[in-house]
Amino acid sequence: MRRFVAVGLWLSAAAAFPAAASALPFWLKLPEGVSTYSGRIDGIFRLILWITGIIFVVVEVLLVTFLIRYRYREGRRPRYTHGSNRVEVVWTIVPAVICVVLALLSRATWADIKQHLPKEGVQIEVTAEQFAWNIRYAGPDNKFGTADDVLTLNQLHFPVGQPVIVTLQSKDVIHSFFLPEFRVKQDAVPGLPSRIWFEGTRTGHWEIACAELCGLGHYRMKGFVTVETPEEFGKWLADQAAQAAAEAAPAAAAPAAAPPAAPAAQEEKKS
Amino acid sequence: MSTSTVAVAHELAPGVHPAPTSFWRKYIFSLDHKVIGKQYMFYALFMLVIGGLLATLVRYQLAWPGRPLAFMGKLAPEGMPGGQMLPEFYNSLFTMHATIMIFFAIMPILIGAFGNFVVPIQIGARDMAFPTLNMLSFWTAVPAAVIIIWSFFVTGGAAQGGWTSYAPLSAILPKGQTLWLLSLGILGISSLLTSVNFITTIINMRAPGMTFFRLPLTVWALFITAVLLLLALPVLTGAMIMLLFDRVLGTTFFLPKGLIVSGQPWTNAGGGQPLLWQHLFWFFGHPEVYIMILPAMGITSEILPVFSRKPIFGYRAMAYSIMGIAGLGFIVWGHHMFQSGMNPYLGTTFMISTMVIAVPSAIKTFNWLGTLWGGNIRFTTPMLHALSFVSMFVIGGLSGIFMAATPVDIFIHDTYFIVGHIHYVLFGGSLFGAFAGLYFWYPKMFGRLMSERWGKIHWAITFVTFNLVFFPMHFLGMRGMQRRIYDYTQYTHLKGLQPMNQFMTISLFVLGIAQIILVFNFFLSMRRGKLAGANPWHANTLEWQTTSPPPHENFTGALPVVYRGPYEFSAPDHAEDYWPQNEPPSGVGQRPAGAHAH
Repeated sequence: MRRFVAVGLWLSAAAAFPAAASALPFWLKLPEGVSTYSGRIDGIFRLILWITGIIFVVVEVLLVTFLIRYRYREGRRPRYTHGSNRVEVVWTIVPAVICVVLALLSRATWADIKQHLPKEGVQIEVTAEQFAWNIRYAGPDNKFGTADDVLTLNQLHFPVGQPVIVTLQSKDVIHSFFLPEFRVKQDAVPGLPSRIWFEGTRTGHWEIACAELCGLGHYRMKGFVTVETPEEFGKWLADQAAQAAAEAAPAAAAPAAAPPAAPAAQEEKKS
Repeated sequence: MSTSTVAVAHELAPGVHPAPTSFWRKYIFSLDHKVIGKQYMFYALFMLVIGGLLATLVRYQLAWPGRPLAFMGKLAPEGMPGGQMLPEFYNSLFTMHATIMIFFAIMPILIGAFGNFVVPIQIGARDMAFPTLNMLSFWTAVPAAVIIIWSFFVTGGAAQGGWTSYAPLSAILPKGQTLWLLSLGILGISSLLTSVNFITTIINMRAPGMTFFRLPLTVWALFITAVLLLLALPVLTGAMIMLLFDRVLGTTFFLPKGLIVSGQPWTNAGGGQPLLWQHLFWFFGHPEVYIMILPAMGITSEILPVFSRKPIFGYRAMAYSIMGIAGLGFIVWGHHMFQSGMNPYLGTTFMISTMVIAVPSAIKTFNWLGTLWGGNIRFTTPMLHALSFVSMFVIGGLSGIFMAATPVDIFIHDTYFIVGHIHYVLFGGSLFGAFAGLYFWYPKMFGRLMSERWGKIHWAITFVTFNLVFFPMHFLGMRGMQRRIYDYTQYTHLKGLQPMNQFMTISLFVLGIAQIILVFNFFLSMRRGKLAGANPWHANTLEWQTTSPPPHENFTGALPVVYRGPYEFSAPDHAEDYWPQNEPPSGVGQRPAGAHAH
């Protein structure tokens, strides 16, 4: 069995070769990465896969070798030893160095993704609720709470090649905004708006998943991602605004996807 | 305690309560740690079966989402009307699977059963320091189990917020969540009493000569586990009381202002902080992981030397690394919260402490390898399970490095990668450790050996199918499949994963069926097993130097005196390849009467 496990891990380690990747079944590969930082995350994943893969193989091979080499034999005198301080020091320091180096390597990527937000970017506000994503676009003026805001339900559009800054919040329970192909995940916490950013590298259609258990409809809290060219995005936004205006004209009070109180409350907390 | 006492123990030895004669005092409300240990064992094994059946239903849904299961329509008409599983019932199933496995199966079998049965005998004591408290611990754990099972039958079903019960979801869920809080609150009291009892017993009741660095590693592990319980559990209990108040008394510890549920403002919202629950929960929750793995590490460290016929490699390093894990275990809780909205600067701090805690686990693994090196290894059933612990814990430990790295965690957090990781630690680790302990101490508990042949068949099937069920979880996580998801086929990018899920579920059926072998072996061996004798494994620790099962006062006559460490196997200046801890150095002194029984 251990051999099967080893084969499995070797196969997944092979996923580290981009060239060999096409030969692998899809489930041994990470999904396609389509954000500017997905490659950095995958790079650390592969590095850890290599390091842990090698440690795994060394440990399991040693284990199996010892089990075969030192299996019971009548009259064999086992080696009487209580250990060695020298090897204890070695196998304390080596893993410690590996782990701390991994932490230091990860630190910069983490900081670039979660700590340093770009100054300029398309402003989008995502308000999660059981079991939908309310998405508000700041519109041409790039400011929320103005007349040109556009509201959609579960439809996230953004232009390719531009940073997108999402202000994430929740109305009710904790949800998690998960864009697998973009390697984006951030919990949406009621009362605690958080800001994240990402930038798409190609146009296409993907899905938003909810990654934090949020109730009985958690599994179907799905949204749709459309990454398009800046021109297409501008046109789509204008169409949405026109459509909303047309709908609002006959009905006196337009039912908004997000209650008007929510953005105000969020502004107040951010300050 | 006087070591020169040679008179009959139950008349003279201090700290010995007379053996009870009535059925109730002997088997039900017993003060004897050995009976209480067995009670915990039956309790844990019963709950293990329930937890396993819940997992089977979870996996059935994942393999064939939405396919009706006719008999379940009759068994659980509320949750599975017409056999069709409802999403809320699915949420209950995984919540209760984890809750039952963690709190009602793994902890009771490792700490309640083996801890109770083994620790007092291994340190050379007549019983625990507080026998009545010990009985109360067990009988506090029983109503907790009754409540948690009862919660399946209340309106709205059992708790469905996940075993982590994140607020505010856990504040707005139906009544089953309140029972969950009550049950775990009561169980928390039970564990707290047990931990105080263990700490007192191990510090104060060691036999003459049993210094701390002559303690068997099982005792070390359980001692540190008890300290972890004592420091971590009250935090969870406090948090659960706060959540209970939020649910029933209208407080707002975890409920922020402006909460709108299903379009309606939530009545008692305002001022609270959802992340507070997570901080409190994981301040307990991470030490909890070590509470479940340390005793299994102790058992493994106990068994490897016995069947390698070698001293444990690096005894002190083993003891210190247990302490290191315990200390570091309290400063890593934030790694469960990297994506929670906690300040990302804190994420870096917790990443570094989390990376460092991998070191003591690595030290232990290398020392286990060192123990096998140059040994004379017998593949008995306890040994096979202990070796499985080592090889599987390596996978669980290494996969932890992936989510310790904050950037990688962005992608794999809350996916099946985490589910795979935790099952390699808690099944591949804790449960294999528990099985190892079960096969190892069964002869001491019941006086007879379990069938080796059926034990090996059980081990082989379990080991293979365990890997077939849980290793593919890493792949599911790599594809982005979320955990706790009723129907992943809703998502385009996850649709293709159904064949793999079916494969895993079928493997789980085989894994489950294989456990029937263990049940039969366990019960049939009580009558039909080979008589064990005092020391069937030729081990050194004190529990093997008395009869199997030990007498009410553990040691007939005087308490043993300890002359050496617990793992003196194949010592060059000793004729036999094992050297009991209580055998006088000259080799001519008298051993306690029980030791001659084999």
